[in-house]
Amino acid sequence: MAVAGVDIGAVATKVAILADGKVLSFQILPSGYDGNGAARRALRVALEESHLARGDIDFIVSTGYGRKVFSEANKSVTEITAHAEGAKAVCPSARTILDIGGQDSKAISLTEDGQVANFVMNDRCAAGTGRFIEVMARVLHVRVAKMGELALKSANPARINSMCTVFSESEVISLLTNGRSREDVAAGLCESIARRVSIMVRYVGVRESVVFSGGVAKNVGMVAALEKELKTKLLIPPEPQIIGAFGAATIAQKSLEKEEVATSSLRVEGGYHVTAIPAGPLPRGSVPPRVEGAAPRLGDSTG
Amino acid sequence: MWKDLGLNLEKHDVLLNALAKGYGDLFMTQKNRPAGMGYFDFVISEVHGLRIKELVDRKKAGKKIIGAFCLYVPEELVYAADATMVGLCGGADFSIPDAETVLPRNICPLVKSFFGFKVGATCPYFNSCDMVVGETTCDAKKKVYEVLADYTPTYVMEIPHKVDTEQSKALWLSEIKLFKQQMETLTGNVIEKDSLKEAIRLINEKKKAMKRVSDTRKASPTPISGLDALLVNQVSFYDDVNRFTLKTNELADELEKRNADGVGVGDPSKPRLMFSGCPMAIPNWKLHSIIESTGVPVVAEESCIGSRYFTDLVEPKGDSMDSLLEAIWDRYHNISCACFTPNDDRVTKVVDMAREYNASGVVYNVLQYCHTYNIEAIKVDKALKAAGVPMLKVETDYGSEDVEQIRTRVEAFTEMLRPV
Repeated sequence: MAVAGVDIGAVATKVAILADGKVLSFQILPSGYDGNGAARRALRVALEESHLARGDIDFIVSTGYGRKVFSEANKSVTEITAHAEGAKAVCPSARTILDIGGQDSKAISLTEDGQVANFVMNDRCAAGTGRFIEVMARVLHVRVAKMGELALKSANPARINSMCTVFSESEVISLLTNGRSREDVAAGLCESIARRVSIMVRYVGVRESVVFSGGVAKNVGMVAALEKELKTKLLIPPEPQIIGAFGAATIAQKSLEKEEVATSSLRVEGGYHVTAIPAGPLPRGSVPPRVEGAAPRLGDSTG
Repeated sequence: MWKDLGLNLEKHDVLLNALAKGYGDLFMTQKNRPAGMGYFDFVISEVHGLRIKELVDRKKAGKKIIGAFCLYVPEELVYAADATMVGLCGGADFSIPDAETVLPRNICPLVKSFFGFKVGATCPYFNSCDMVVGETTCDAKKKVYEVLADYTPTYVMEIPHKVDTEQSKALWLSEIKLFKQQMETLTGNVIEKDSLKEAIRLINEKKKAMKRVSDTRKASPTPISGLDALLVNQVSFYDDVNRFTLKTNELADELEKRNADGVGVGDPSKPRLMFSGCPMAIPNWKLHSIIESTGVPVVAEESCIGSRYFTDLVEPKGDSMDSLLEAIWDRYHNISCACFTPNDDRVTKVVDMAREYNASGVVYNVLQYCHTYNIEAIKVDKALKAAGVPMLKVETDYGSEDVEQIRTRVEAFTEMLRPV
């Protein structure tokens, strides 16, 4: 039985296809202006990679900012529920989740039995999210994917006080004009975001294990700054950006089991190419799964 | 008539068109509404029409119209002096640009909204008023009344904030007596015992009818949507008291019958949410419409437009004027506004209400910059948690730019209450 999770974010659309709890393939595409179109494209490519036809997918759950626009979904859930489910599936010991996407950030606490106990999201402003990092990377003339490495080279991070993207941009330009290095400014930006989002994490309570997901978790500078700020080790899933889609797919699987729809006889068994993310704990630093022919450059997108 | 009220007619038309469209989209699209809501639809369709004409006719007959923004203004004394009280408009984004030509931007949207209606001359209720009665509840209102006095006759009552002391009782009682004198001076009518007793009865009957409607919402499925129930509460501040009481009792009859027949709105398997916090002046339907758009009913409002208004009655213990006035104090000082300190009474009431209405969770509404309700949320959250009722705090104003973010949070909250 195969299911799909579709996470239509503000910046990127992610699809994960699951069979027997394992990821067959996943896709990350820019959402663009048409979330529904992006989701259909991502699903099509993911299906090709897993050698499945659309008819092999028994249940689709959508999540994310554009969850309501995807016409092929059987059900939609919010990104809070999807990320909680996804993080829990890759890391059963997860009790706290921080997810920073393209347009929002959220902190979630889980109960001992893995249910959402509390959550907090940023309000109406996208400060401290992937979008903020994108804008700052542009000012620093560095690719988003390389900004974290740049930050790690700094021994003396600059202090950046403003959280507003527009004000921060001015602040960054002033710092650069005054001779601060790009490295120091990049590290300063990571620390500034870390200070902001760690308040959200402390609000729901820091309990180990703490999972950091979302496109921003690919930024090594952010990881270092957050670990310093929160004084705890963060678990980074091998593909942090697809945790929402993975969680949605996990919910699809559960929904299917609940419904006990006897459609399995209609499907062709076998032929799956199961190599990707195994269910179960994934220690930080484990090798990210490689999916043949994954077209998009993962580092280019933040959420 | 409109010209006589000094309204800005062009702007007023824009407001009415927006109101009619918003109302149609939110209210008339609801399924399985009680027939008794027809009256309230009619009131809204005539809220800037027949009702204003009624008020203007009263004015022509020499009667006075009093405008107010707060439950602490004792309406019994207004009616005892043969005047009419109206709640003033303060729930629309529409009038805020007008307000911001005078007031600072970073203050409460309700205060900016009502002030903007006066500055922009777009509220016929405001322009019908012979006197606006303010009160010293929060800082924003208190200071804006000083500015408002330049635009319209304004009288301010002092409301003590530490309510459980003899000094505060003495102060409050003296404020009630001063307000009585003020009403007598304005109307030229002496408030006699009998007219005050009659006014107390009139308002008590109104509140009893509203309580009946509220009580029916304890049933599952709830017989009426939260939006419709909110509307009844909002209309209570504008409508003729006797007619409103009659129509609200008719609605309560229908809702009780619905409960007996097991008829309701919405899916009884969904969580039931209770609303708590800042008031929703008409036409602020934002949070209720967001919550109910996710398929989850709002079953109660712990708010000034809600339980705080109709829960307690004025119940005199004696027949003298003093005991009537003391009964007014007794009822009014029990309205637990977050401007009080300490305010444990409100915290207890929220928890009790959540249990009484079998709420699965509480959505706590904070109007932006409302420090009192915002900070009090900490204590309410803690008490609700201890009672096993999760709470979601939403801080927002009247703008629509954060609607989708709030909808996501509300949906996530209901998924947390009933795991998918």
